Amino acid sequence: MSALLQVRGLSHHYGLRIGCQDVSFDLHPGELLCIVGESGSGKSTLLKAAAAQLTPSAGSVRYHQRDGAWLDLGELSEADRRRLAREEWGFVTQNPRDGLRLNVSAGANVAERLMALGMRNYGQLRDIARGWLERVEIDPSRIDDAPTAFSGGMQQRLQIARTLVTQPRLVFMDEPTAGLDVSVQARILDLLRRLVNELGLAAVMVTHDLAVARLLAARTMVMQGGRVVETGLTDQILDDPQHPYTQLLVSSVLTT
Amino acid sequence: MTSNYNFAFLDENTKRMLRRALLKAVAIPGYQVPFGSREMPLPYGWGTGGIQLTAALLGPDDVLKVIDQGADDTTNAVNIRRFFARVAGVTTTDRTTEASVIQTRHRIPETPLREDQILVFQVPEPEPLRTLEPREAETRTLHALADYGLMHVKLYEDIAQYGHIATSYDYPVLVDGRFLTSPSPIPKFDNPKLDHSPALMLFGAGREKRLYAIPPYTRVESLAFEDHPFEIQRWEHQCELCGADESYLDEVIVDDHGSRMFVCSDTDYCGQRCAEQAA
Repeated sequence: MSALLQVRGLSHHYGLRIGCQDVSFDLHPGELLCIVGESGSGKSTLLKAAAAQLTPSAGSVRYHQRDGAWLDLGELSEADRRRLAREEWGFVTQNPRDGLRLNVSAGANVAERLMALGMRNYGQLRDIARGWLERVEIDPSRIDDAPTAFSGGMQQRLQIARTLVTQPRLVFMDEPTAGLDVSVQARILDLLRRLVNELGLAAVMVTHDLAVARLLAARTMVMQGGRVVETGLTDQILDDPQHPYTQLLVSSVLTT
Repeated sequence: MTSNYNFAFLDENTKRMLRRALLKAVAIPGYQVPFGSREMPLPYGWGTGGIQLTAALLGPDDVLKVIDQGADDTTNAVNIRRFFARVAGVTTTDRTTEASVIQTRHRIPETPLREDQILVFQVPEPEPLRTLEPREAETRTLHALADYGLMHVKLYEDIAQYGHIATSYDYPVLVDGRFLTSPSPIPKFDNPKLDHSPALMLFGAGREKRLYAIPPYTRVESLAFEDHPFEIQRWEHQCELCGADESYLDEVIVDDHGSRMFVCSDTDYCGQRCAEQAA
């Protein structure tokens, strides 16, 4: 099976500082890849560069389109980049307030991407929005409530619904469960696992929480100082870490 | 006419700048053209954009009409009319049919316009996406890419909250199938008059330094949903002065006991109908 996303030698520098350096990986359809590492290790920079939100300093990102053609993201026009981000990709931010439109209702948030795709039937939009709220375990009767009236966990689930409503093929997630309490985290992870399986979407997820990687990802990449230090099957990395930094990471996890 | 000022207040170079911007606006229907808005002898929000366009358009033979909310005798209308009578010496009129340039705030006259007339709108906020997207760079990109899904989010919110599209003025339109445009704060009752209008429609926003145009016979489409189509306001009343039942009505409170009457907002239209009935 051919890859969905092909990242080769990707680097991004902030002036003289390294964001991420010489990262390569393939992402296959239906696969969930976790990028772990401590804060400042370049995880989010790598995610943004791979999602074409940052222009990389070096390297290339290629995306396998629905029609079978390979698209080089470095050569993409702004219009195409937005079309791709709207139609085939999704991006879930760490802080749901960055990814949501806070001054409109939950229903409008879910329906926005559909309207951007040209759906112009209010009743239909409403039905789909209700269905998705239900899927992410938000009471559909709250469809007209503002996202500001939701708890942090609900806001994050709303953001997930808003992102997945157009059935993207590829989703980028930047620490979607950070800052939530443990029981809410567990529900969101459960939900993500179910949706990823149901929709068969591919996802790249950044996290600093090894338990998240263990639960969701088949493959994990460990980053330190902007470089990938270890990559492989999640269980292998967590149970038999080879690189000293990974060993440190794994041994720092609190066990009760 | 006061001779201390150049004809129509603005100097000739400024008028030339304005005319070039206007030509560009007419060439790209609905596109907001930046222009160097000048300080005018009245505050922003009183129609400085419209006045500058009118000043650039007027010639000595023009006949000017100015309306505010449909009326010729409101403060804004009276002042602007007197301003141009003083600095340009042009003939002014209350009659829609006699005017060659009509500057307006909040209404399009009920009397159908002709090809030899120009309607100048005063615009407070030229950017229809502004309430949803505060970043100017982003709204310009959205226009460039014709990425207008956002506007429907606003209409969706209206229906979700009120059960129908409650936006009743400044109702967003798509000009020539391309640019999303604010029709200025005219009631949506007037939106259908924009579509394939024989008269040239020019829009000026003085504070925002933008002008745009809807050329004659251009397709202007009011946005809507398939199952919530565009509708204009309707009244159960008729005008109590002239009996019109197809014009835009104002509700006027007439005493301290809450009595009210409905009258045409377009005073010239109402007056003409009354005069015809008396004759």
